[in-house]
Amino acid sequence: MNKDILICGVGGQGTVLASKLIASAAMQQGDTVHSAETIGMAQRGGSVTSHVRIGDRAFSPLIPNGGADVMLAFEPSEAVRNLNYLNKDGIVIVNSVPVKPTTESLQETGYDGTEMIGFLKKKCNTIVVDAEKLCEPFGSSRYFNVAILGVAVGTKKLGLSKEVVMAEIEARVPAKFIETNKQAFMAGYEIGDREKGE
Amino acid sequence: MKREYVMGNGAIALGALAAGVNLVSGYPGTPSSEIIETIAKYPHDNVHVEWSVNEKAALEVAASAAYSGARTLVTMKQVGLNVASDPLMSLAYVGVKGGMVIVSADDPGPISSQTEQDTRAFADFARIPVFDPSSPEEAYQMIQDAFDYSEKYNTPVLFRPTTRVCHAYASIETKEDMCAKAYEGFVKDSKKWVIFPRLSFANHAMLEKRNVQLGDDFSSYRFNTVEGNKDNKKAVFASGISYAYAKEYLKDYPETKLCKIGTPHPFPEAFVVEALKGVEEIMCVEELSPYIEKELLRVIGKYQLNIKVYGKLTEHVPASGENNTNNVAKILSTFLGLPLSESMLDVTDAPKLPVRPPVLCAGCPHRASFYAVKQAMKGKRSYFCGDIGCYTLGNAMPLDMVDTCLCMGAGITMAQGFHWTDKEGKCFAFVGDSTFFASGMTGVVNAVYNEADMVLCVLDNSTTAMTGHQPHPGTGINMMGNVVDKVSIENVLRGIGVKTVVTVNPLDLEKAVETVKECAEQRGVKAIIFKSPCIAITKPNKSITINDKCINCKKCIREIGCPAIIVEDGKVCIDKNLCTGCGLCSKVCPVNAIGGECNE
Repeated sequence: MNKDILICGVGGQGTVLASKLIASAAMQQGDTVHSAETIGMAQRGGSVTSHVRIGDRAFSPLIPNGGADVMLAFEPSEAVRNLNYLNKDGIVIVNSVPVKPTTESLQETGYDGTEMIGFLKKKCNTIVVDAEKLCEPFGSSRYFNVAILGVAVGTKKLGLSKEVVMAEIEARVPAKFIETNKQAFMAGYEIGDREKGE
Repeated sequence: MKREYVMGNGAIALGALAAGVNLVSGYPGTPSSEIIETIAKYPHDNVHVEWSVNEKAALEVAASAAYSGARTLVTMKQVGLNVASDPLMSLAYVGVKGGMVIVSADDPGPISSQTEQDTRAFADFARIPVFDPSSPEEAYQMIQDAFDYSEKYNTPVLFRPTTRVCHAYASIETKEDMCAKAYEGFVKDSKKWVIFPRLSFANHAMLEKRNVQLGDDFSSYRFNTVEGNKDNKKAVFASGISYAYAKEYLKDYPETKLCKIGTPHPFPEAFVVEALKGVEEIMCVEELSPYIEKELLRVIGKYQLNIKVYGKLTEHVPASGENNTNNVAKILSTFLGLPLSESMLDVTDAPKLPVRPPVLCAGCPHRASFYAVKQAMKGKRSYFCGDIGCYTLGNAMPLDMVDTCLCMGAGITMAQGFHWTDKEGKCFAFVGDSTFFASGMTGVVNAVYNEADMVLCVLDNSTTAMTGHQPHPGTGINMMGNVVDKVSIENVLRGIGVKTVVTVNPLDLEKAVETVKECAEQRGVKAIIFKSPCIAITKPNKSITINDKCINCKKCIREIGCPAIIVEDGKVCIDKNLCTGCGLCSKVCPVNAIGGECNE
């Protein structure tokens, strides 16, 4: 199996855990995996991406333009910023809640994410998820990384089984957070399973 | 054998352990920092690991260990190699006994560096070999080879991954048991280990001869490779991560002749001459300098071959910045007359995207320190010399408190230059705690000795924050996991002869502003230690609230630019997920509308 998955968001949103879970789940299934993360200055509130490449035919750590089968976007404008990576037949799963940059408070441009979501829907297969609403039962938006992963697994487009990913969550998340993370994952899974992005 | 999914830097660390490394030293710097961190986390009996105070110290610690026959690894980023260049240039002449590998991680882009310098060119300059891995898997193997070559030729060798190799993850098959190598110990021989002009003259001649041999040896090295149809008239040459980008495009065209240069210096000339047989045109894809391209031109000239070379020098490849899969695909598609993938969406009509420049974190004590100095110096002619670290971000609006930034430690000495050209101006230097130990102290001695007037502001957040929170001499912890005596910045400054040394909590804004004003009025060298820990290493559990007294004047936003202060539905409010309760905004508010529990 060859799958390219792009995860994007803003520093601090928990994109790295999502990418680690996908990578380790794929390895559990016996696939070769490569990935690449943004590290350094950009982590301080900047745009961040993780490139996860499953399969033997990945030579570059970065996904080529038009190569990503699935994009997990933790923020609407970051989805648009990275849309060049998506394959025409790919799918975007995007959080509709915007992260306004600090510059926005200084100089209002009215950015609220809606224009971005509209653009995505016009361009490609898009599943929109409201992170705040989805994570409300769990008390914190911090669980969104696992929830959006649930959506992706639910669409069956990652080629990863629910069970394998759940086992990786159990293995990688601190004990006291496992239960909530599993619930968040399943809440997302149901959305993905229902919408499938068709 | 067991498999581990590690970052490229982890692969380098595990490769060094597999090679039996005895001593590892270095100074943090993106993209190299995780090498030492991995070694420190891994079981490593009989391996000494340290964060040295700077790269020069790291290389010198390793040099004598290598004279003793120990295998040593020294890690740094590319600009760190500049700091280490003094011992390196001489060590190249003296040589080593135990294998010594110096990892200097290059940063094309640059993504988090001051320069786009090329360690391959530095190796040529220093007359020592350099290895250039194209993937984490290759890096794991190659660093073990690097130790062997170092010992075979008694020379320090450079190893230069770039950011995308350092930060890429891959699965590595590692050895179960990694044993540190046994070594003989130092054998005194002043004719060998004491550098004198006579020795340098003799050894320079030896180096030049040896490099020719090394180039021959590298001509059969396993990571200098040719793929594809040998009879092709067109060939692609690539080095480092650019090889991976080329391979990504060429995976659908396996007949293309693709040559990888894993050892750029000494250039594997015999290998290249063989690879050039039948070739009429070359495209050379590489990052930073046109190193391989120039070497190819040299070889083609030397052997009077009739081959056209395209690359950076012919503007077919960008002269600066990073390559990526897409620009390399485009370059190769044009050169080879092959199609480009058409699977990309048309995104030319995308809406305007918000910009996200990196900013100081919400609650960062540096924000308060900069703000205190800004308030105290309002209306006065002042110079604000910055330095390397998170606090370089003090340059961003609305703080706008960094007038200069050059290199590690330079702020302290540059503040003195401003004093000598404008004796009435108030000259400030901002330096972090780790940078102070790395290369700040000598600058303070310079100021005291030459009687400059300046205010030194040490932004002491008790960690090396920007590169991922490494300990340093002031933290009382070292990389062997030991609790050690803290080196006191205050005592260092007093020992140097700085008479006014004041420690203040920057979050106590009123007192901080007063301290700055008092210090700025005195003559000579004054030091203020702004002491408050980095918010990423503490657990803030308090949060600020804005009550209905708020008149929405947005002074808090305009003055301090904290990312936790946001505007929602036209009203100023606090993002509870980000706020650490530092309380700085509450002191800025003109109507006392900001309060709640503050961390003071």
